[in-house]
Amino acid sequence: MLAIGLLLPLVLQDYLTVFGTRVLILCLFALSFDLVWGYSGIMSFGQAVFFGSAGYGVALLARDLDVTSMLLVIPAGVLIGFAIALLIGGFLLLGRNPSSVIFVSLGTLTGSYAFDRLARGWYYLGGQNGIPSIPPMHIGSYDLTEGPVFYYFVLAILLLVYLGCRFLTKSQFGLALAGLRENEQRIAFFGYKVQHIKAIIFSLAGAIAGLAGSLYAFHEGFVWPNMLGVVMSTQVVLYVLFGGSGTLIGAVVGTVVIEIVSFWLSNNYQDIWPIILGCLMLLVILFRPAGLVSLILSERERIGSFGRPPKVDDKERDHGAA
Amino acid sequence: MALLEARGLIKIFGKLTALNGAELVVQPNEFHGLIGPNGSGKSTMMKCIAGAEVPTEGRVTFDGRDITTASPAERARAGMSLKFQITSVLPALTLYDNVLLALQGQTALSKLMFSRTRGALHDKVMAMLEQFRLVDRAGEPAASLSHGQQQWLEIAMALAPEPKLLLLDEPTGGMSLEERRVTGELLAPIKARCSLVIVEHDLDFIRDICDRLTVLDGGAVLDTGTIEQIQASPKVQEVYLRRA
Repeated sequence: MLAIGLLLPLVLQDYLTVFGTRVLILCLFALSFDLVWGYSGIMSFGQAVFFGSAGYGVALLARDLDVTSMLLVIPAGVLIGFAIALLIGGFLLLGRNPSSVIFVSLGTLTGSYAFDRLARGWYYLGGQNGIPSIPPMHIGSYDLTEGPVFYYFVLAILLLVYLGCRFLTKSQFGLALAGLRENEQRIAFFGYKVQHIKAIIFSLAGAIAGLAGSLYAFHEGFVWPNMLGVVMSTQVVLYVLFGGSGTLIGAVVGTVVIEIVSFWLSNNYQDIWPIILGCLMLLVILFRPAGLVSLILSERERIGSFGRPPKVDDKERDHGAA
Repeated sequence: MALLEARGLIKIFGKLTALNGAELVVQPNEFHGLIGPNGSGKSTMMKCIAGAEVPTEGRVTFDGRDITTASPAERARAGMSLKFQITSVLPALTLYDNVLLALQGQTALSKLMFSRTRGALHDKVMAMLEQFRLVDRAGEPAASLSHGQQQWLEIAMALAPEPKLLLLDEPTGGMSLEERRVTGELLAPIKARCSLVIVEHDLDFIRDICDRLTVLDGGAVLDTGTIEQIQASPKVQEVYLRRA
């Protein structure tokens, strides 16, 4: 997949490279949701809040303060996503008793709706039209505009974030997340501070969504209220469910497939493409509830192992010694 | 000094009084059985001790510290461990990972992120699986185990963090006679390391491994004492005969 990703700008027309960049940014966004839902069992129906808030944040930095240096705006986007996720997560997850899935789902969904309405109604944020004409971000004297360079830049970031997520989910902390997802009540009796673990992973995922949102804002050149709203929040849920939650590659595959199919369908069946796409998704979720990734990976392979299971040689040696 | 003291526990669920002034005192390295007819409050008492429920009234002290309102995680970190009545191993994870999950529960999250204790805990995980005769299946998912083996795995998980007090709620429930016998053998060696409170319907099993018994009836203590004292207790005999 990485090889294909590296070669694409060399063979694609420019407008498709722009489309590819957008898809890569959305993959990053999908990874953030997969961390909270797929790996930790926290249903966040408001992931777009962190994505959109970071987008608006960097857009305001660019518009009002002329800050477009990549070294400032990207960390700012990450920080905005992290801080807002920490605030919302702190409210929803840090109670004395563990929060129910319904409480967190509705809380995040309400947050997404509220942020959307706020952006639409606030003149300073451009109201319904959002903030247009964001100047390109730059590093040194080089302006990073949409095209192959932006594509490779986003691909590099996606790869780094993917590897970072893989490191985290395969670590002992990843095992704690698996415990959280499988039986939250049980692991509390082992001494885990489950609310803290939830708040950490929620904030970390918010930071990744913020990173994606800031890249999206500079890539598209404008931000608008939909970036914060329920539609975007639901879209990322579909990416992950379609590809296979609880696997990083599933989030990426789901996003790529949905975006490419949507792109193709919208060009060829302009009137009915959302219906066809919806039916396709329903079929996958009905017959492959674990997502597309389950076509090639068993449940055991998808969950993997976290520790160091005994090697056959070790066992044989032990038996030999005995 | 007693390791665990539960005094005057009252637990009310709506109109139901599940515990009505129940008491339990457990000494260090003592195996203490909690018995009583169905609905006598045994499991509720275990939950109040472990932190799954907060008593309406009463006080629980553990190792000299008042833990009446402490969270389950705080109790675990103080040295208390629980095996639930309903088996709650994590079926999708391997046996190895189940035990590692239990072992690392009190490790700082920053260390978990960088897997700093994974190497150091490996030998402990393997020793625990060896002790409970599960080492050959370390890499298999817990769902592949029989019911009895899942119970053993859960006891191994509860014992892995080396608790001062182990709470076992019906550890032999659903086991065959042979599995019950083996469970008794597996539990006997831990006496040197920790105390045990065990809820169990199998009175022969209780008689074999426990030093003292507390009998509950109607949410209150009917009697407490050594096995011989309880066997000779007219109050206990009356309750069990009445229900037989």
